[in-house]
Amino acid sequence: MSGPGEVPAPGGGGGGGGGAQPVSEGDHVVLKREEVFKAVQVHRGRKITFEKQWFYLDNAIGQQYGTTFEVSSGGVLQPLKVKTKEVAKEVNEAGVDNRNIIDDGKSQKLSRDDIEALKEQGLKGQDIVQHLIENSTTFRDKTGFAQEKYIKKKKKKYEAFITILKPTTRIMAMMYHSREPGKICYLRYDTLAQMLTLGNIHAGSKVIVAETCAGLVLGAVMERLGGFGSVIHMYPGSLPIRAAMENFGFPKSFYNHLYDFPINKLNSLLSGVFLAEKETLQKQTEVMVEEGNGSLLNICQGDGMPCGETVMDNNKSEETEAMDVACEEAENKEKNSDRKSNVEERKSKQEDRLKKLQAAAAVLQERNADGLIIASRLYPSPLLLCLLEFVAPSRPFVIYCQYKEPLLVCYSNLRERGGVVNLRLSETWLRGYQVLPNRTHPKLTMSGGGGYILTGITVAMDRTKSVANISEEPAAKRQKVEESKS
Amino acid sequence: MSCDIISVRSESTCGVGVEFGYRCIPFSEMSFVEYRDVIQNGDTAIIFLGHDSMFAIKVQQGGSTQTKYGAIKHSADLIGKKYGSKVTCSKGGWVYILHPTPELWTVTLPHRTQILYSTDISMIIMMLELKPGSIVCESGTGSGSLSHAIIRTIAPTGQLYTVEFHKQRAEKAEEEFCDHKIDHLVTVKNQDVCKEGFGVVNIADAVFLDIPSPWEAVKYAKSALKTEGGRICSFSPCIEQVQRTCLAMTEQGFMDIHTFEILLRVYDVRTVSLQLPDLGVGDTNNQDTVADKNQSKEDSWSDLQPGTTQFKSGAPLREMAGHTGYLTFATKYLS
Repeated sequence: MSGPGEVPAPGGGGGGGGGAQPVSEGDHVVLKREEVFKAVQVHRGRKITFEKQWFYLDNAIGQQYGTTFEVSSGGVLQPLKVKTKEVAKEVNEAGVDNRNIIDDGKSQKLSRDDIEALKEQGLKGQDIVQHLIENSTTFRDKTGFAQEKYIKKKKKKYEAFITILKPTTRIMAMMYHSREPGKICYLRYDTLAQMLTLGNIHAGSKVIVAETCAGLVLGAVMERLGGFGSVIHMYPGSLPIRAAMENFGFPKSFYNHLYDFPINKLNSLLSGVFLAEKETLQKQTEVMVEEGNGSLLNICQGDGMPCGETVMDNNKSEETEAMDVACEEAENKEKNSDRKSNVEERKSKQEDRLKKLQAAAAVLQERNADGLIIASRLYPSPLLLCLLEFVAPSRPFVIYCQYKEPLLVCYSNLRERGGVVNLRLSETWLRGYQVLPNRTHPKLTMSGGGGYILTGITVAMDRTKSVANISEEPAAKRQKVEESKS
Repeated sequence: MSCDIISVRSESTCGVGVEFGYRCIPFSEMSFVEYRDVIQNGDTAIIFLGHDSMFAIKVQQGGSTQTKYGAIKHSADLIGKKYGSKVTCSKGGWVYILHPTPELWTVTLPHRTQILYSTDISMIIMMLELKPGSIVCESGTGSGSLSHAIIRTIAPTGQLYTVEFHKQRAEKAEEEFCDHKIDHLVTVKNQDVCKEGFGVVNIADAVFLDIPSPWEAVKYAKSALKTEGGRICSFSPCIEQVQRTCLAMTEQGFMDIHTFEILLRVYDVRTVSLQLPDLGVGDTNNQDTVADKNQSKEDSWSDLQPGTTQFKSGAPLREMAGHTGYLTFATKYLS
């Protein structure tokens, strides 16, 4: 079935653009079943568990993104060519109300064992649903709406259709919010959307991102930069955590201008003693590289085993130069046999790491960032006041916090500091609707809260003015300035 | 000009800016899709007078702008100055001059129609999965509030095809895109989307509809989207419109149809003090503790009135927008 009769695309096949790439081995993809998502990496012979089902993605390789598959016996994926036939269409007998429907628990004549038997015969999901309908004594007495609801419920249970999608911010944000909200500080997707817009994140910007949201916010910012511009990821602890960002499967070029900088070096960077610290830095990187190598070696031992792969996934998230991981893996294999090169490589890794850190410091030191986004589990005010020093004037900044109170403090502290205008503390409410003929209403449950954001725009600071130029300003304004500074 | 700024930047970042140069090819002397530090002749700039009080101006050699704090002379006060600077007006008062962004434009643009605000816009852009390089179809153009935000997001390699059936509005929008130097990223068509569609087929990653009868345009939206699929969004204030649109989307084979409403709550940050109740003289033990508490509080709040207690609050505004419109999103999967 093609669209309404019109001339094909001017660009010819492939849909005008660069042409869609099929799913290939090593791709980061998102599996979708109904409204549930899961991010995985495609590997041949790797068992995937999703929604109480297991299967292999081998058959997905070479298929277009957006293809829907049915899971058949043995975990084989069968691409669905024809859109699912509606089982419900054959039913036209229906009751008017439920006055004669009694819940005696006996309306379904098939027993649990019968259903299990049907499943073992390898019967398709839609056939099982059909059986269930035929063996339900009350189905015909149900109203049309109730019949539809019944079928929908059964379909959900017995029909397993899995769609393979390209990861996007929308999908990742919705997935994390429903599966692991704790890991992303309960940042709801509409709140993330506000942050990206209010932060004016776009291609060519230099953005500072301080986040502990598993890399989700970082990934969202990188997607909006599209490989143009740069990002500095500020992280607490010894290594940035970026599992969610890895799941986006960005091309390698996106990593060329991704920097990271530890939050605990910010004070020394601001006070100008950062370079003198070279020595201690070196020590720190040594430890970090060692940690990384240790776990990587473990993976190599379990090479080829699916569980080994999962370990690597976790590890990768902590690895900073993600693009290096693949080659590192290969290099590590050699390492096992050749210990001398291991030492040398460790040294060069260490130097790389140091170079990266210095590059990040240099990028920050220019103090001309185009935006600042904070979304972390840390108390935001000190972080904000420190990081604002690196932002150019007339640039937006956005701070997310799960709670309102720390942002009240930020607000007051910013007022005291000056150098910002247009401060706004806000929250968004998101309400979903069920839209069906004669059954339209708001969804019965909605999210209780998606966090709060404080936004503003930086302006030139009055530091020098307060001494030299203040006498030129009108009395009323001068008073105001002094008030806010006290 | 902007290329100079960029190359300075990338040089100082350890020479890793090899393909940085690429990004400035589509940009000439941009303002809405690329930050610049210095105000130049022809720029659109935002004059910030205070909370909720700002307007956009076009910076012109020899031009001047009146504000309640007096006049701003463009040549002397603006051109060559940095964005974010404080500018002193003729009567002695001062304002800030801000770099334009789609969000600031949304609150300062001249209305020709009802417009979409940043809260809905944010959701639209994320849920349509827009990013640099996306091809987007939009109708109607209206006052161009959403258009600017879309263009900002899809630059430098994307393209917006926007359709507006009102001739004057279409022309005005085109003029603004030119003024804001984003016209290379947008094509404005003056036609009826419900009768003639978007004028493009199988090239869009996303389609947005903000028209009175979106259900009539759904089939054109489908054909405008790429064969491998894409996203659609329709904005309607009334639920009856939503119902008809959802029906049309289902008929056209769109999947994952979801309708949302997003509301913005803004909080006023202030320090509130409430008077402590005078419970009179009673039990001596009780009185002691109350006195102790008051003592310690008075230490921390030196300006506290006696008999009151203080706290910081984020108080909701007295009024808020209760409804803008329903946003319906759906996916076209490859067929």
